[in-house]
Amino acid sequence: MTAYGNGEPLLKVENLRVEVPTRRGSLVAIDDVSFDIAPGEILGVVGESGAGKSLTGAAIIGLLEPPLRITGGRVTLGGRRIDKLPYEAMRRIRGKEIGAIFQDPLTSLNPLYTIGHQLVETIRTHLDLGSAAARARALELLNEVGIAAAEVRINHYPHQFSGGMRQRVVIALALAANPRLIIADEPTTALDVSIQAQVIALLKRLGRQHGTAIMLVTHDMGVIAETAHRVAVMYAGRAVEIGPVRTIVDTPSHPYTAGLMASIPRTTGRRGRLQQIDGAMPRLTAIPSGCAFNPRCLKAFDRCHAERPELMPARGTMAACWLYADAMQPTHA
Amino acid sequence: MPDDTILEVNDLKRHFDVSPPALERLLQGKNRAAVKAIDGVSFTIKRGETFSLVGESGCGKTTVARCVVGLYQPTAGNIVFDGVDLGRLRQRKAMAPVRRRMQMIFQDPYASLNPRWRVRKIVAEPLVTHRLVADKRELRARVDELLEQVRLSAADGDKFPHEFSGGQRQRISIARALAAHPEFLVCDEPTSALDVSVQAQILNLMKDLQRRLGLTYLFISHNLAVIYQISDRVGVMYLGRLVELASADGLFAQPRHPYTQLLLETIPRLDAPVGSLNEREPVAGEVPNPIDPPPGCAFHPRCRYANDRCRSQRPSLLVAGGAFVACHAVEEGRLPGR
Repeated sequence: MTAYGNGEPLLKVENLRVEVPTRRGSLVAIDDVSFDIAPGEILGVVGESGAGKSLTGAAIIGLLEPPLRITGGRVTLGGRRIDKLPYEAMRRIRGKEIGAIFQDPLTSLNPLYTIGHQLVETIRTHLDLGSAAARARALELLNEVGIAAAEVRINHYPHQFSGGMRQRVVIALALAANPRLIIADEPTTALDVSIQAQVIALLKRLGRQHGTAIMLVTHDMGVIAETAHRVAVMYAGRAVEIGPVRTIVDTPSHPYTAGLMASIPRTTGRRGRLQQIDGAMPRLTAIPSGCAFNPRCLKAFDRCHAERPELMPARGTMAACWLYADAMQPTHA
Repeated sequence: MPDDTILEVNDLKRHFDVSPPALERLLQGKNRAAVKAIDGVSFTIKRGETFSLVGESGCGKTTVARCVVGLYQPTAGNIVFDGVDLGRLRQRKAMAPVRRRMQMIFQDPYASLNPRWRVRKIVAEPLVTHRLVADKRELRARVDELLEQVRLSAADGDKFPHEFSGGQRQRISIARALAAHPEFLVCDEPTSALDVSVQAQILNLMKDLQRRLGLTYLFISHNLAVIYQISDRVGVMYLGRLVELASADGLFAQPRHPYTQLLLETIPRLDAPVGSLNEREPVAGEVPNPIDPPPGCAFHPRCRYANDRCRSQRPSLLVAGGAFVACHAVEEGRLPGR
């Protein structure tokens, strides 16, 4: 895939594979996923629950819950391979080079310490600053994420903040050491729409002003459409389509992406029956052979049942679908 | 009450006591405190329509739903279902016939089904409770029919809830709700826990069932797009009060209350122009603390049209165009035309 802008990709994920061993053999939770993110780029990762989008994020920052483990592929950050690093080395990268924002801001903060304490601790862990300088940096961060009266709020405990404000604190924490990459896993899902818009605007501004690369994991296509530059669509542990956001939203190539877009209710236009994709995403224990989407796909043909498609050039995107097997030959297009 | 009204809610209030313990009140001079989860809400629902309540978390929409089905007792006001004032039905026995006609579908299909019961028993429960079947054979036949009605198979009756996906579980909830031949369904965020492609399946199913069985829905959701797809009329709630009541078409084509406008402006849109990657100005501020709501119009701290009257006097729902709006600025024509 081409990178956003003309910079070298910051994060490269190549053929990532995550498995979970069970008594009946190993289940593949993430299967051969590849993508990259350039500095300043926001890559949206969408999919339904269980598609593997959060696991992909967790694998990149080395926070997979055992017994889940990476069993293949490589992850490189700024040219340095990070998927095989020992625990301590990875811990230094986490927070310093990769920030993380999770869905529930309450569980990301320690309820027993003031947010100032937590910010200063994080800053001093990663940056060589004295306590006064760290506190000044903490105030600067709180101002940056739009927390009013930061000098007062810095002494407050997490429970004294509302949901939207807490998520801002979590973002401030993720930014503490000026990371080059932020992995944001459903950062707006727990928030009300009007607050959600504020947090999205904040994330976009960060990408623009600091050149921070953001991997935005969410199931909300609306958020993606307004935020991301490129989108990766995941289904049953695989990336089935990757491409520029407008192309994915307006003219998706993969039948799953097309069905997903059509099933999203809109607030304008004709009302009536929504288009639905019959059936449900298969469980990890029962992934069909060939293309995992074939039982729900209206366009499936013989090859889809027999052979697994890899990402291939489609109409303006890369799609893992045999419909585009001939698309490389211009005579066919 | 005109014939086609099935539910009438009059000045409904529900307050929750959140006072500190008595000792603290005595020693530290703290006062009693109450959250006015619903503070004077009135609406009617016509037979066969889908009436929706929409609003952000904490606006009281779920509390209204729970009051309507009787899970909460109202603090004040009354709820009239098909001519019967539910507040007057004190005894279980008197409630039973109304209960049968009014059922509820909950948000979380993982929590609303008993994990130890087979699906057949779950769906059969209302039939047994209300004694709607004569014998076991009839019970079995009716449960099979219900499961097929929600596009599950009769064989699914012998499974346990954990064997189903979220969407299938919500179908089981719907089958259970339909068991007693109700006329009125209260649906509290029935698709919020589901993925979009599955959400579309459930919304379509609910529409089909409504047409086929002549059902009336009170539909609660925070998702405006879902509301637009399913509703005939919509009430927008903010801090325990209705701020706008309009037809779904009218509300989305011409939102009148500044809060409704804010909601519609801030939903992330799929059709966002590429340029919107640059800032869409988000409205500042958050929903205030319901224990200590602002005086006057509760929305005034976030409203760019607020004046002194808005800060002191509470607006009531008044006719504005084809809708009802509780806003001084709308009433006085201070709002810029859209």
